[in-house]
Amino acid sequence: MAEYTRPQSEEEFQRNFKQKKPLMNSTEAFVESSRCLFCYDAPCIKACPTHIDIPLFIKQIHTGNVDGAAATIYDQNWMGNACGKVCPTQVLCEGACVLNHAHVKPIEIGRLQNYATRQVIEADKPLYRKGEPNGKKVAVIGAGPAGIACACELSVLGYAVTIFEAHEKPSGLTVYGTAPYKITNEEALSEVAYLQKQLDFDIQYQSPIISEAQIRDLEARYDAIFLGVGIGPTSSLGIPGEDLNQVIGAVEFIQDLRFKKHHLQIPQSVVVLGGGNTAMDAASESARMGAEKVYLVYRRSKDAMGAYWFEYDLALSAGVQGVFNASPKEILEKDGKVTGVKFIKTVLENGRLSEIPGSEFFIECDMVIKATGQAKMGDFLKQIKGLTLDTSQRIVVDPIRYQTTNPKYFAGGDAVNGGAEVVNGAYEGKQAALGIHLYLTGDFRPENPKPKL
Amino acid sequence: MADLSVNFAGIKAPNPFWLASAPPTNSGYQIMKAFDAGWGGAVWKTLGVPIINVSSRYGGLNYRDTRMSGFNNIELISDRSLSDNLREIEEVKKYFPHHAVIASLMVETKKEWEQIIKDVENAGADGIELNFGCPHGMCERGMGSAVGQEPAVLETIVGWVMQAAKIPVITKLTPNISNIEDPGLAAVKGGTDAISLINTIKSIIGIDLDTFAPYPVVDGKGTNGGYCGPAVKPIAMNMVRQLAQNPEIARTPISGIGGIEAWRDVVEFILLGATSVQVCTAVMHYGFGIVREMDSGLRRFMDERGYNTIYDFAGKALPNVLEWKDLNLSYKVVASINADKCIGCQLCYIACEDGAHQAISVSSDPANRIPSIIEENCVGCNLCSLVCPVEACITMEVQPPEAAPVTWEQLSEANAIPDSFNDPRAGGNGHYVPEPRLALRK
Repeated sequence: MAEYTRPQSEEEFQRNFKQKKPLMNSTEAFVESSRCLFCYDAPCIKACPTHIDIPLFIKQIHTGNVDGAAATIYDQNWMGNACGKVCPTQVLCEGACVLNHAHVKPIEIGRLQNYATRQVIEADKPLYRKGEPNGKKVAVIGAGPAGIACACELSVLGYAVTIFEAHEKPSGLTVYGTAPYKITNEEALSEVAYLQKQLDFDIQYQSPIISEAQIRDLEARYDAIFLGVGIGPTSSLGIPGEDLNQVIGAVEFIQDLRFKKHHLQIPQSVVVLGGGNTAMDAASESARMGAEKVYLVYRRSKDAMGAYWFEYDLALSAGVQGVFNASPKEILEKDGKVTGVKFIKTVLENGRLSEIPGSEFFIECDMVIKATGQAKMGDFLKQIKGLTLDTSQRIVVDPIRYQTTNPKYFAGGDAVNGGAEVVNGAYEGKQAALGIHLYLTGDFRPENPKPKL
Repeated sequence: MADLSVNFAGIKAPNPFWLASAPPTNSGYQIMKAFDAGWGGAVWKTLGVPIINVSSRYGGLNYRDTRMSGFNNIELISDRSLSDNLREIEEVKKYFPHHAVIASLMVETKKEWEQIIKDVENAGADGIELNFGCPHGMCERGMGSAVGQEPAVLETIVGWVMQAAKIPVITKLTPNISNIEDPGLAAVKGGTDAISLINTIKSIIGIDLDTFAPYPVVDGKGTNGGYCGPAVKPIAMNMVRQLAQNPEIARTPISGIGGIEAWRDVVEFILLGATSVQVCTAVMHYGFGIVREMDSGLRRFMDERGYNTIYDFAGKALPNVLEWKDLNLSYKVVASINADKCIGCQLCYIACEDGAHQAISVSSDPANRIPSIIEENCVGCNLCSLVCPVEACITMEVQPPEAAPVTWEQLSEANAIPDSFNDPRAGGNGHYVPEPRLALRK
């Protein structure tokens, strides 16, 4: 039986997709912040890809200096609010909290971070101002976390920044690809609006950069270019039936869901293919949309899944059923409609996954969601001269300055790391901005104090 | 089975848990409820010419998420009519003949003292407590701590009271004084039957950062209050100890007051010489029900150690409280970290490094968060064990003695200590101190 009934209204949708990390009230924040030990050389700081001074901002929350706490967060991470909600904190800061070793519940760092940043965003209290214009212009391709972070950092350094974004809205996968119970569109968008208002960078929406001519044009008009292009649509499985209407990529499915909400039609029975976090999200979401049966099918074993254990647990708690060691062979149809998937059982032998002959079986379903990886942006990137891609079509960069092999180009986020968290994109975008600053001025000071209000 | 009953200077009560003269003893209603809950005695909210109180009266000192670790008030003595209070004393005694009802009193002239003593005796009070402690409001009018701070005046008034009173008299002292033994001696010389302490400490509990007015705020202004609650307990215990160790005061029963909330506090006060305790802030915070925990804990403590009455262990800590000069300088403890329990917060490291003696090191391997004690640098100060958030993780290990026990006093007598800066022995005892410039590498 399904754990969730089909949402018929916005209210029911929000109930089914209740926020996993709801905003703390002031009493919660006070009590929770009181528990922090203020560790020396704190492991949580080291576990944060952006190295936020977590004990400091927690102390600031506790002592009623919430604006100061927000500044401590934004000093390190321009996506501070989004990261508080969507970061896999269990394996980052909260996973590193020393209280875990005492079998005491770790500090809820993500929710405290969100508490502080939400207050400045909702009160629209600016913390920074645009730096003195230095006459230099930078183009940023992609308004995802990496692009926004890069633009923010460049703005405080005095650059005129224009972001070119293919979609209608900023935030990239935070808005288009994150499970709705992790963050709402409104919340993700409000952070970018808040930052844009105080730092005054330009975002050109529905302006995809696709062609070589556009690239030449940008190169002529800008002093440096940041590639925050992310990764592409769901890649093909190469099995029969993949072109049917009811076969959809997980990224596309989540994007649809986030904007159509309860208006999105989900059939009774769904098969989700894949073992990563996106597969967990898509399965969880299908169940929360009221699908009676949701199968999560992965071709390897449960332990070999790339997804975090807590994401799998979350899917199970939503009523998802896991099927392992099963590889899809064909998507079946009747009268043009999906009726099921034919699988073959697999086994791992000597490190190699092989199919067990004669072990074919079927799972009936009305819809298939492929969460089996996304295509890279290789075709687009190959139009940029001198840009080196690795064998996985990721952009090769200097690991500190995030400069590509074409010195005018810098890059960060999924296009570089192959698909990681918002926090990684935020870090890489900021580092790239500092790299651009070095490239254009010879000055590289990661510790540059930001002009503050 | 422990017998908790007490006979405190002739005042009998089923147990030593008494309510201090304060808001919880403002009425017969509250005191009857308290006795019903398990309290053995109550000192009635101070009687005197009824006063007028201000609105907004209390302020709290919070530590982290702990509310009211300190507490202050600017409330005065009873604002109810004397006749109402007397009638209620009589009624309480009717219902609870074996509980202690003590009338706290504060008046000015000898005649007023004589009259009010007669009144409370007629109402059936078991004893009298003289409020020479209130440090706000009443002292501006020559009463309360104004008396407690003038030993001669205190002695005179105690003398008046002793002449007039037929029931036992407790003199309550203010801690707002340089040496508590001065008013203690004055009370004894005046003939008091018992002493209670401490009353509250003059305090400003906080400032409103918008209006710059001190808490509690009265129409944009404030005044000093009286400070009490858990934070004052160490001050109160030392004052109780001082009186209990003074040979001229030692035979006078002492009622201990100051931050008492749990059985352990009660035991500590008794070990320092108190034979009843008075509680206010804890009741203002949690209600009369906390006495259940105090009762259960005290009984368990006594049963486990075979004490029948509180007099079996009263004052037992006093022989161990010495002057500093009599402590053994040859005794040495060294910190030890239990690596199995350590959670790697490194608070011990930074506390020792920045706040003490640079006797703890951390590994250069970031995967190893467990600090190490540099035993030869450790002076045995305890700081690391105090900041450690894990129960029994850092312990202070007693070292085998390297020399026979010796005290500063003995060294002084043997002329074995430096007595001037030029003395060649005046170079300290040589514990590790890093070079200043090493600080800049950290």
